[in-house]
Amino acid sequence: MKLEFEMDTYKSEIKPTWCPGCGDFAVLKSLQMAMHALQLEPWNVLIVSGIGCSSNLPHFLSTYGFHAIHGRALPVAEGAKLANPDLNVIVTGGDGDGYGIGVGHFIHAMRRNFDITYLVMNNQIYGLTTGQASPTSEKGMKTKSTPIEGVIENPVDPISLALASGATYVARCFSGDVKGMADLVQKGIEHHGFALIDCMSPCVTYNKVNTYDFFRSRVYDLQKEGHDSKDMKAAFAKAIEWPFVQRDRIPLGLFYRTEDVPTYEDLEPALKKGPPVRQPLGIEDPDALLSEFL
Amino acid sequence: MMDVHQADVIEGGAIVYDVDGIKPEPGKIRKNVRLIGIPLRKKAQTLSPNALMRNTVALGAAVQLFDLDFRHVESAFRDIWGDKKPEIVQQNIQAARLGAAAVDEMGGSLHLGLTYSNEPKYLMTGNEALCLGALAAGVKFLAQYPMTPASSILHWMALHGPAHGVVVKQVEDELAAMNMTVGAGFAGVRAMTATSGGGFSLMVEAIGQAGMTETPLVAVLVQRSGPSTGLPTKTEQGDLNLALGAGQGDWPRAILAPRNPEECFSLTAQAFNLAEIYQTPIIVISDLYLGEGYRTVEKFDFNVPIVRGMMAADGGTAKGFRRYEITDSGVSPRALPGTKGFQFIGATDEHMENGELISDVLAGLPEYVEERRKMHEKRMRKLDGLRKDTPRPELWGSKNADLTLILWGSTWGPAHEAILAAEEGQGVKVNSLEFPTLFPFHVEETQQMLRGVKQSLAVEGNYTGQFTRLLRAETGYKPDHFYGRYDGEPFASRDIAEKILEVTA
Repeated sequence: MKLEFEMDTYKSEIKPTWCPGCGDFAVLKSLQMAMHALQLEPWNVLIVSGIGCSSNLPHFLSTYGFHAIHGRALPVAEGAKLANPDLNVIVTGGDGDGYGIGVGHFIHAMRRNFDITYLVMNNQIYGLTTGQASPTSEKGMKTKSTPIEGVIENPVDPISLALASGATYVARCFSGDVKGMADLVQKGIEHHGFALIDCMSPCVTYNKVNTYDFFRSRVYDLQKEGHDSKDMKAAFAKAIEWPFVQRDRIPLGLFYRTEDVPTYEDLEPALKKGPPVRQPLGIEDPDALLSEFL
Repeated sequence: MMDVHQADVIEGGAIVYDVDGIKPEPGKIRKNVRLIGIPLRKKAQTLSPNALMRNTVALGAAVQLFDLDFRHVESAFRDIWGDKKPEIVQQNIQAARLGAAAVDEMGGSLHLGLTYSNEPKYLMTGNEALCLGALAAGVKFLAQYPMTPASSILHWMALHGPAHGVVVKQVEDELAAMNMTVGAGFAGVRAMTATSGGGFSLMVEAIGQAGMTETPLVAVLVQRSGPSTGLPTKTEQGDLNLALGAGQGDWPRAILAPRNPEECFSLTAQAFNLAEIYQTPIIVISDLYLGEGYRTVEKFDFNVPIVRGMMAADGGTAKGFRRYEITDSGVSPRALPGTKGFQFIGATDEHMENGELISDVLAGLPEYVEERRKMHEKRMRKLDGLRKDTPRPELWGSKNADLTLILWGSTWGPAHEAILAAEEGQGVKVNSLEFPTLFPFHVEETQQMLRGVKQSLAVEGNYTGQFTRLLRAETGYKPDHFYGRYDGEPFASRDIAEKILEVTA
């Protein structure tokens, strides 16, 4: 059967400006594959990003896009989703954007359980600003902003944070495995609720520690090891394995998923009339509204 | 409170007080003020031992002094306690009648000759009027973080909005409030946020984002006393500079300043049209005195014009669509996500007509230096249209006045009272030059109006004269006198009247 949308339909005419070998290419490809597999209408997809190398991603796709300011992609996406819940809203960005400057919005977006898919290209470094420590940089890592002792703070663990904050789909993938990534992204888009997909996306220019080889020698597939993604306790146990317990084995795959939680859109009273963007403007019975002021 | 207000009571007035409590001091009150001492507490205790209703006894006294219809008092009690507590309604009616009877024993009514209409009137705050204006204009989204004195907008809309399809969302902070509003505006609904100065400070980066991406939205700034946390429950007009300068770089905006609840309604409704026609943020700047103060208003006309601006899908073809097309007006055709074939990306980096960035690798190349200049000029050209479509300054009062007050916002009310008092009492002819639009500035119209001004007094609720300086920057005109108030209190008409006498003496 011929599909309505070819793989190339989802590509824009703009070529990525990322460094050769950047992990973000794999994320772009996997998102393209996921949209193709789901045959999403490009005009019904809105991709919102923040600022950072990875946040340039929506320019390279043929959907609607909004390239917001640093750290604020999630609230922009939430506003758009509430205005038009029929849109497939996807948010893309980096670890500095989402787990650093925007971490407040990250927590609140998850506890609301919006039907939004959030892809974080986590390279554990600030790339666009040429190599400062990020909130997920490993302890001890020397960067331009931590040149002497290395990072002395503990890293943020986005997986534990997502589980604790109410995300209903929590996964980690790696740019070294595009197929596995595309599969998790596709399921994340299909998921009815907030999906966090933490994409380990190596920065080949500024992070000489967490390289492709670093991950290749450490990653394993949660599902192949029989992890039950419906079990939140088991998900927490797997989440803290890396980087808190040890750094020899890094779990990839689906940590947790539940469809039992209603989304924000399911519960918002104003949406019962349908998407606000299609509602008539103005008031039918102003006298009823004014009567309380008499 | 006796100490605060006793000197305010004018000749022919009366002070009702409890003979067993704080009494007026003869040396501090004006002449011909009637003193009505009533044992308020003792009378209330005849109905209920806790004397809770002593205020109602005093209310009854006031009703009798003003010749008000007692039925209105009774219906007000029923409105408050309803049918649920009929015994409380009855007790309060009795208490009020005790107060009224006491006044009758002490000379009765003030005989002010007041006439009352039985026609119902609308009583509301500026913030409520603003909400009604937003609803009339078709607002569909409000995101807000609680902050006095803007919170009542959130409260009213949270209660009434959903029935009219308005998504009302209390969010984690003002950064989220503004960014969500940007997202909703981008997705195509009429979107609004509201806050006070502290919250607006947090919104500054995100409102500039709307300017850059050409996203329509309405931002309401209800000012309170600053700086910093300031006096949260007190008024000021100290955030004009903040509104004027919000955001890095230049981007087109309009700042509308309602003077009264009627304009809170009409200017907010107009703000939504301007936001969509010019695809940029419109700021409505109000203050605590106007926003939270009650006034009687005439019935609003909800049939406000609704103009949604240029949409690409209306007759345009998807092929070759450029969201940021360079045009004479600076306004480019807009497309909403979900519209087939018009996909584009809105970007906060500088971009070309199709939305592609010129900030990363192209910036600085000669061709793109030119692109940047053109795109920046395109956005800023929208100010010309905004200047045409925004309300002009107005001159209120007599022509050929000896003194012209220069003011904006809520100062309108006390200033008009002061002008009338000065004309009536001292025969000084005073008028006022008022600015419902603070930006873009109507330079020519203002200069024309200033030509006839003999002497001027700028009256503003801040220390530095933020508007006075704007006026001078835009027109070169420096008012002869400046009266700033920044103690947290609104202008009182008597203070402005005194100032008028001082500068015209």
